[in-house]
Amino acid sequence: MANETPGLDQRDVAFDAKFFRYGFLAMMVFFIAVPFVNQAAGRDLIYLVFLMKVLCFGLFACAFNLLLGYGGLLSFGHAMFLGMAGYFSAHLAKVGLQFDQVTLFKVSIPLSVHLPPFSTELAILVSTAATGVLGLLVGLLAIRRQGIYFAMITLALAQMIFFYCLQAPFTGGEDGIQSVPRGKLLGMIDLTNNTAMYYFVLAVFTFGFLLIYRTVHSPFGQVLKAIKENEPRAISLGYQTERYKLLAFVLSATLAGLAGATKAIVFQLASLTDVHWSMSGEVVLMTLLGGMGTIFGPVAGSFVIMAMENYLSNLGAWVTITQGIVFVICVLAFRRGIVGELEALLRRRLTFRQFLFEVFAFRHHKRARDKKRG
Amino acid sequence: MRPAFQKLTEEIILETRGLTKEFKGFVAVDHVDLRVKRGTIHALIGPNGAGKTTVFNLLTKFLPPSRGTIHFKGEDITRDQPADVARRGVIRSFQISAVFPNLSVLENVRVALQRKRAGSNFAFWQSEKKLDAMNDAALAILDRVGLRDFAQTHAGALAYGRKRTLEIATTLAMDPEMMLLDEPTAGMGHEDVDRVRDLIQEVAKGRTVLMVEHNMSVVSGICDTITVLQRGSVLAEGPYAEVSKNPQVIEAYMGSSDGAGGPA
Ligand SMILES: Nc1ncnc2c1ncn2[C@@H]1O[C@H](COP(=O)(O)OP(=O)(O)O)[C@@H](O)[C@H]1O
Ligand SMILES: [Mg+2]
Repeated sequence: MANETPGLDQRDVAFDAKFFRYGFLAMMVFFIAVPFVNQAAGRDLIYLVFLMKVLCFGLFACAFNLLLGYGGLLSFGHAMFLGMAGYFSAHLAKVGLQFDQVTLFKVSIPLSVHLPPFSTELAILVSTAATGVLGLLVGLLAIRRQGIYFAMITLALAQMIFFYCLQAPFTGGEDGIQSVPRGKLLGMIDLTNNTAMYYFVLAVFTFGFLLIYRTVHSPFGQVLKAIKENEPRAISLGYQTERYKLLAFVLSATLAGLAGATKAIVFQLASLTDVHWSMSGEVVLMTLLGGMGTIFGPVAGSFVIMAMENYLSNLGAWVTITQGIVFVICVLAFRRGIVGELEALLRRRLTFRQFLFEVFAFRHHKRARDKKRG
Repeated sequence: MRPAFQKLTEEIILETRGLTKEFKGFVAVDHVDLRVKRGTIHALIGPNGAGKTTVFNLLTKFLPPSRGTIHFKGEDITRDQPADVARRGVIRSFQISAVFPNLSVLENVRVALQRKRAGSNFAFWQSEKKLDAMNDAALAILDRVGLRDFAQTHAGALAYGRKRTLEIATTLAMDPEMMLLDEPTAGMGHEDVDRVRDLIQEVAKGRTVLMVEHNMSVVSGICDTITVLQRGSVLAEGPYAEVSKNPQVIEAYMGSSDGAGGPA
């Protein structure tokens, strides 16, 4: 009963709230300030294009983390939502909806639709919604399976989507959809201006981020956590757990779609890279590196991975190897990820030296193990 | 409906007929006819591997039966989903402890209250502060089982005996008509066993309890009826005084232990 003394085993709601408040504040100040700092410095200390990438992938990873970190569901096909949303929004913004017939399983139904190119915000909204529907269909198929089977089904479906995108005429095959117009936001703000585009992306990111925070800290989120912790027990209390998992899946897919749709507009490109399985792997990497099940972790993970890709790009293939090494170090030493370890450090009010000792002596691993046995 | 029949179905709250479960040819539960009377504490005992947990899994639909039917309050629940059985008011516990380890003790109870009060909770846009409205009720339940001081502790950090107590508290929060408890005192020290036994007796008021129990002092102390299971079949049934004198039971089960229990 030694471990029942008040301390780390106690729920510390005040700490959690404080951590979020200051963390969010710091994050927003940083992202809002960068363009001003760049201007003051007279040169780009941090490229806005780089930050937009961080924000898009950050939102993607946050959406993924909602499913993995809070729902306990490891999807290995999340690229399909990012990528498909990208194709949707690129196509809608560039071409609109133009077809004379719908072909489903070799049956053609004449249906004439001719809509001109969509405005930027509408293209993003419609593609996000469409990705939500895709998420619902995939979720219905996958959610009944657990663990590795769930991962395999999502992977298999993502591969199907990939090959569809490779073949389908509207995705442009190997070329993708290029020179997508950024357009004007609400017909007023010209998004070809990088600063305007940046703040728009920041707004989209912040919306998605806060929605995820709210979801995690909602009555629904509480049930989701319970299901993740002990699904049979949740069922025995009368929760229809599959419905909760399905909703989490759809939310995650939709927000991944929001990230993908926005990204295609920012980079004026939708391509096979975003539907490829390696993208599904990269989002796992970002989430684990930053801290699975922490609210800021995926953003930090996205930042680090993107920084490595951008600033180490002259290393060529070595980027992948560096990422691999970082990943291994992270899994071995910083099991909770960057933000997870930081949070633990602050929670315990350790000094930095104690912290390093803890981490490298692997003491928390032992403690976690003992706790499990408990 | 004839009143006499009505009376009869009211008496028996849970009934199985020919309940059978086969695992790839191995018969774990073999034609079990179980009748649990409303308002009683009914014990299911038997040596390890007799099929007690499997019976629980069948009753709560965590496993589909191979043959046979299950009736709860006269209604056929054989085809129900596990969550539906729970919604009818049959709440089970598990042989291995079933808490939500990273939720606080208070939150563990609240998750149950949340289900009980709201039915479903898909409101992902609402603040969890709404759940604070249930804190008083949750604390009252924790008070009742003696866990109030641990309300903010992570459930996973509780000592074993307290974890099992928390399970009972969570089950209690559902205000179930019927509780199924799988070895609630297994692996506990003497003091904890006595505490949990008294607790079960106390919370059983106004409910029906079906429990798997190895500890004979608990069984003889609080159970009204005992069903002895052996290799999947019912060996004997009746009050403790009767069953404990049954030569077959002594031979099969009690003869092998000192009768005072302990985890078998
Ligand atoms: N899912 C399963 N698959 C195969 N065999 C099982 C399964 N569950 C239980 N059994 C077998 O059924 C028998 C009864 O197990 P159980 O109900 O757990 O016994 P008890 O709870 O009485 O100790 C055991 O022989 C066990 O090995
Ligand atoms: Mg058992």
